[in-house]
Amino acid sequence: MTSYRPDALIASDISSYLRQHQNKSLLRFITCGSVDDGKSTLIGRLLYDSKMIFEDQLASLEADSRRLGTQGQEIDFALLVDGLAAEREQGITIDVAYRFFATEKRKFIVADTPGHEQYTRNMVTGASTADLAVILIDARKGVLTQTRRHSYLCHLLGIRHIVLAVNKMDLIGYDQQAYANIVADYAAFAQSIGIAAFTPIPISGFKGDNIAARSGAMPWFDGPALLDHLESVEVEVEAARTQPFRMPVQWVNRPDLDFRGFAGLIASGSVRPGDAVRILPSGRTTHVARLVALGGDREAAGAGESVTLTLVDEIDCSRGDVIAAADAPPQAADQFKATLVWMDGEDLLPGRAYWLKLATQTVSAVVRVPEHVVDINTLAKTSAKTLSLNDIGVTEIATDRPLVFAPYADSQDLGGFILIDKATNATVAAGMLSFALRRAQNVHWQATEITREAHAAQKGQQPRLLWFTGLSGSGKSTIANLVEKKLHALGKHSFLLDGDNVRHGLNRDLGFTDADRIENIRRVGEVAKLMTDAGLIVLTAFISPFRAERDLARSMVPNGEFFEIFIDTPLEQAESRDVKGLYKKARAGEIAHFTGISSPYEPPLNPEIRIDTTRCTPEEAAERIVEEIMGIWSPVL
Amino acid sequence: MLQSPAVPAHSASSLPALTHLERLEAESIHILREVVAEAERPVMLYSVGKDSAVMLHLARKAFYPAPPPFPLLHVDTTWKFQAMYALRDRAAQAAGMDLIVHQNPDALAKGINPFDHGGLHTDLWKTEGLKQALDQYGFDAAFGGARRDEEKSRAKERVFSFRTASHRWDPKNQRPELWRVYNARKNKGESIRVFPLSNWTELDIWQYILAEQIEIVPLYFAAPRPTVERDGMLLMVDDARFRLRPGEAPVERSVRFRTLGCYPLTGAVESEAATLEQVIQEMLLTTTSERQGRAIDHDQAASMEKKKQEGYF
Repeated sequence: MTSYRPDALIASDISSYLRQHQNKSLLRFITCGSVDDGKSTLIGRLLYDSKMIFEDQLASLEADSRRLGTQGQEIDFALLVDGLAAEREQGITIDVAYRFFATEKRKFIVADTPGHEQYTRNMVTGASTADLAVILIDARKGVLTQTRRHSYLCHLLGIRHIVLAVNKMDLIGYDQQAYANIVADYAAFAQSIGIAAFTPIPISGFKGDNIAARSGAMPWFDGPALLDHLESVEVEVEAARTQPFRMPVQWVNRPDLDFRGFAGLIASGSVRPGDAVRILPSGRTTHVARLVALGGDREAAGAGESVTLTLVDEIDCSRGDVIAAADAPPQAADQFKATLVWMDGEDLLPGRAYWLKLATQTVSAVVRVPEHVVDINTLAKTSAKTLSLNDIGVTEIATDRPLVFAPYADSQDLGGFILIDKATNATVAAGMLSFALRRAQNVHWQATEITREAHAAQKGQQPRLLWFTGLSGSGKSTIANLVEKKLHALGKHSFLLDGDNVRHGLNRDLGFTDADRIENIRRVGEVAKLMTDAGLIVLTAFISPFRAERDLARSMVPNGEFFEIFIDTPLEQAESRDVKGLYKKARAGEIAHFTGISSPYEPPLNPEIRIDTTRCTPEEAAERIVEEIMGIWSPVL
Repeated sequence: MLQSPAVPAHSASSLPALTHLERLEAESIHILREVVAEAERPVMLYSVGKDSAVMLHLARKAFYPAPPPFPLLHVDTTWKFQAMYALRDRAAQAAGMDLIVHQNPDALAKGINPFDHGGLHTDLWKTEGLKQALDQYGFDAAFGGARRDEEKSRAKERVFSFRTASHRWDPKNQRPELWRVYNARKNKGESIRVFPLSNWTELDIWQYILAEQIEIVPLYFAAPRPTVERDGMLLMVDDARFRLRPGEAPVERSVRFRTLGCYPLTGAVESEAATLEQVIQEMLLTTTSERQGRAIDHDQAASMEKKKQEGYF
């Protein structure tokens, strides 16, 4: 068998050959299907037919085929692409793998992802960088649940070029009618989910029919062979070049005081020296001075290129900003509707803050309870309180400062984002922005005449948020009450928020699940923040078991105003006091999610004040707290 | 405010279509900059091979007119080809970068060498040496020149690949990488290996070297060199430390190298290809894949994956 048939030009005129091949374009695509659909075989076949397999690889492939293969004495192309040792033993691929091959016209990068349901995250990852998707169908089985699933995900990720590869045609005798039925089935489904067009091709990966060239076995088929089609579709980056100019600033290049360049990868459009640009989110305008490059300045650059540009005016511009065409700038907003694909083993906690990274912007973001999740098998929308691994949900997201963005449908660079868990740093979700919520665009904070400083000055005090945290029965409320009495006696204006005045009113609708606890604390934080804006010294006494929520509350008030006060009482002691008899009930299983018993308590790592209740009375504790607050009290303005 | 009414900035571009090399270059530069923007102490691992040469060139482009804002680190085994040491020092200087050379003091003290110590040689000099250097200088992100097309297990590795505090790689616990949004946040003690050349193939590397006229070690080009044939490999006698076996005598052959490492472990191929174009021509006409010349892969089928889990780059 000949494995590698090099172009005659390579031997006769290498210089011409290299010139020709210098100017290939690059297409990235994803193959969707399971091992059973012959996906690995198809990729192996593409590598083989495009002469990417060397003799030593072929020799080891032949040896492996005899030992591990599923194709009898014939070559099992699937073995070429199944990577990791553990997977080879299981006979499945479990992750995203990237393969490379090239033809005379194009270089290709193939994302190979598994078709199993539990690996939605891998497919979404592979699809995020693809210009085109090859959806594989076993001709003997037709359109299956997984076909719909793959198509939905590819469409969700915005892939505009879909190829329906009806594989294993050799096993149904190259039956034209059976092929036509499958295509008709698929067309009906595709239309129902909004796929405007797709390209069907009947193939056999195993035999090579309609892969590199049109097959004699299917003279009735008048479309292109798969490789011909892959060589001719438009790549997304070329389409992006006709859009308005946008470049997220990645890095400010400042080698000395005389040079300030802005480095980034152009997301869309093109740019030339002299072009008018607007810096977002500040909105300042200026013109491009130079496109600086090693070896000499450039005259122009477009989407897909990494550049360094300088501006005519010295205006503020840093990482995270977007430099855009002055007359067609993108929007900025802080509340969005978005679709999330959850990728982590730990569920989404609505109300908790995550890092959100979009292009070069990283902000803190809170995700609300999902409006619905999509069952990717039936595409039915069902309600849910959270998102679990591989769930796809539509929800609202609020960020702590405005994001420069574009709807994902218009720009993957300015509409696609990831969520990062602040504690574990794991990438927990991929998200696609749909649109900004109108309230974010229209509601502007009233710049009131009476500032928070004015409120505080009138009361002759600095606002404070004293956040008491600790186990149930640790003595939080007792000590907080004493502190408030002492403050009152000193003529300070204060207010105590605790379970009794909050759980019965504002948070009456909340229970004790993790999600409800987080929402409870979020609301308390918001109310406390408003009260500090009014100049008050606010005391809160809640178990507040999770570090992330306490940090969220801390982030709501200006630096220096937040005091985390850890009422540190050992569980045995709190349980032995059991003032309200709650521990007894929790031990008996009558109360679910009870902190310390059936739900965790995360002690503060670095509280402003820690009170060890085994060493002092509540009165002494309150005394000490007031001293500490007063001691570092800065003078009233 | 000045505005030119005639031509809106977003008129259809008349730019030539992007070639695959331009797109690969843009992606690599984006990755390099992203690490510099987000990591605290990045470093570039520089092995003096052709992939390192391309990576260094991309770094110079990414940060021009500033020099790349990180040092080069060469984890040395003392057994590299002399020509590699010469280019290493020159290239670092040309780029205006600091060069850190680390030689594992344990391996040095024990006199570990490829003749007596087999697999231990790679293990102590390279795997352990790399860990030592990263720990010693506190680097939290290290660029490496590995490509996904080199070997099956590499095909699945991320661009940003996280290592535990003990430098282990867990292939089952990789972060998903979407679009070009990279999550560079790490936990205490973790470090990142970053592979800006992930999506390049061997041919891309050669074509880019040709297009950008990047200097590479002359050993890649055929020249008469003293060699001995041993265990099916052609080895070059690069210095007096080479131990000849009974009956062996260096023979001058026209050879070149497809990959470069420790000279007693790197097989040459007989060749007359003395120019870049001729080397590419030979590569395209050849019938064996690139890594065959490296002894390290022959141990076992999944050897690279195993080595990576242990901390080999």
